[in-house]
Amino acid sequence: MHTKNLISITDFSKEDYLRIMKLAADFERNPNQNLLEGKVVASLFFEPSTRTRLSFETAINRLGGRIVGFSDSSSSSVTKGETLHDTTRMVSNYVDLIVMRHPLEGSARYASQISDVPVINAGDGANQHPTQTLLDMYSIIKTQGRLDNINIFMVGDLKYGRTVHSLLQALSVFEKPIFNFIAPPELAMPVEYKRFLDNKGIRYFEHTEFNDIISEADIIYMTRVQKERFTDPIEYEKVKNVYILRNNMLDNTKSTMKILHPLPRVNEIHPDVDSNPKAYYFTQALNGVYTRQAIISHIMGLK
Amino acid sequence: MDKALQVSAIKNGTVIDHIPAERLFDVINILSLYKSQNMITFGTNLDSKQLGKKGIIKVENRFFQGEEIDKIALIAPNAKLNTIKNYEVVKKRVVEIPDEIISIVKCFNPKCITNHEEIITRFTVISKKPIELKCQYCEKITTEDEVVIK
Repeated sequence: MHTKNLISITDFSKEDYLRIMKLAADFERNPNQNLLEGKVVASLFFEPSTRTRLSFETAINRLGGRIVGFSDSSSSSVTKGETLHDTTRMVSNYVDLIVMRHPLEGSARYASQISDVPVINAGDGANQHPTQTLLDMYSIIKTQGRLDNINIFMVGDLKYGRTVHSLLQALSVFEKPIFNFIAPPELAMPVEYKRFLDNKGIRYFEHTEFNDIISEADIIYMTRVQKERFTDPIEYEKVKNVYILRNNMLDNTKSTMKILHPLPRVNEIHPDVDSNPKAYYFTQALNGVYTRQAIISHIMGLK
Repeated sequence: MDKALQVSAIKNGTVIDHIPAERLFDVINILSLYKSQNMITFGTNLDSKQLGKKGIIKVENRFFQGEEIDKIALIAPNAKLNTIKNYEVVKKRVVEIPDEIISIVKCFNPKCITNHEEIITRFTVISKKPIELKCQYCEKITTEDEVVIK
């Protein structure tokens, strides 16, 4: 049974997650497979996103598919005032699959209700970015050999960061995860996600200090602390240099520990970490191509 | 019972009772009773053991259903609807918030697509007391004090 769309990470079951992981590993071993030959995919980026768009378009190319679309809304008829409804209705008549990034939240769900062809959400505002979550999971299973019993430290902006929220939801279906949240009080993990974990009996710990507590980590998931998130600029100045990962902080961490980051980073991971074998964020981005090949194949029933 | 009625009785129609006093005019608004040609009487700041002060609305020849009752439930969760036939109460019901709210509530999230295009809003009710509605589009939660009826 194939899910027709991928809008929210919770649209997929644990079985779907595991199947995507298996397919991604298969595409990593053998990236060029002409499963999309003769198919056309719309890549609708209503706001720019270099990494996600190139990763999707690479995945589609490696599957032998063709791409139509736009890379920001200024080159589409949105500038003429066309609604998302009309754009989606029209494009879904042309193509076999829609990949969509849009600044408004809920836009991908709405498009999937209008479209006759499958829709993959490549990010809808601050809401969901499920393909990022799946590539994060693929990076975890690839480096740790498992998705069960993962002790993950999430660091930085845990309030607005959609990647940490979706990853939290996805990992919660596996055995005994432990979550450690490191954030300034202004950007702490929202109550609704803590309540979600409480209801499932999953352990989590909150910290404001970023220090040697990370020695227990299997994964450190870094995010950007963005200035525009703060109502008080003085608060930003106080915390902006607190949540920076430096190479000398990694001495007592597990040898198998890996550092993930959805990228782009600004200053939250010092460049001296890049040469440490525990730094995994660039490989993580590459994993995105294989994972997106897997997602497209899964949704379209090609594998 | 020889207590005088504070709001006069109706022959046929509906009595909406146990409305929190401060929400009385909201109920009148969401049901568009100000446009109604039916005879309507209402009272507010009446003593209530349950609410302290309550409001009551009596509408002649009008029987509410479906979406209208859901609207009442959202702003006056303890309200009671009494159906009156020939001056007798023939049916009493307590309004209840349904599991899904369709079309009547606005999503509180300004960045939600439903606030930018003509879309019928849909919410999953994740808590009835206090009211918490999860938007099926943006997935954000609209809480009781943020509920705006469209």
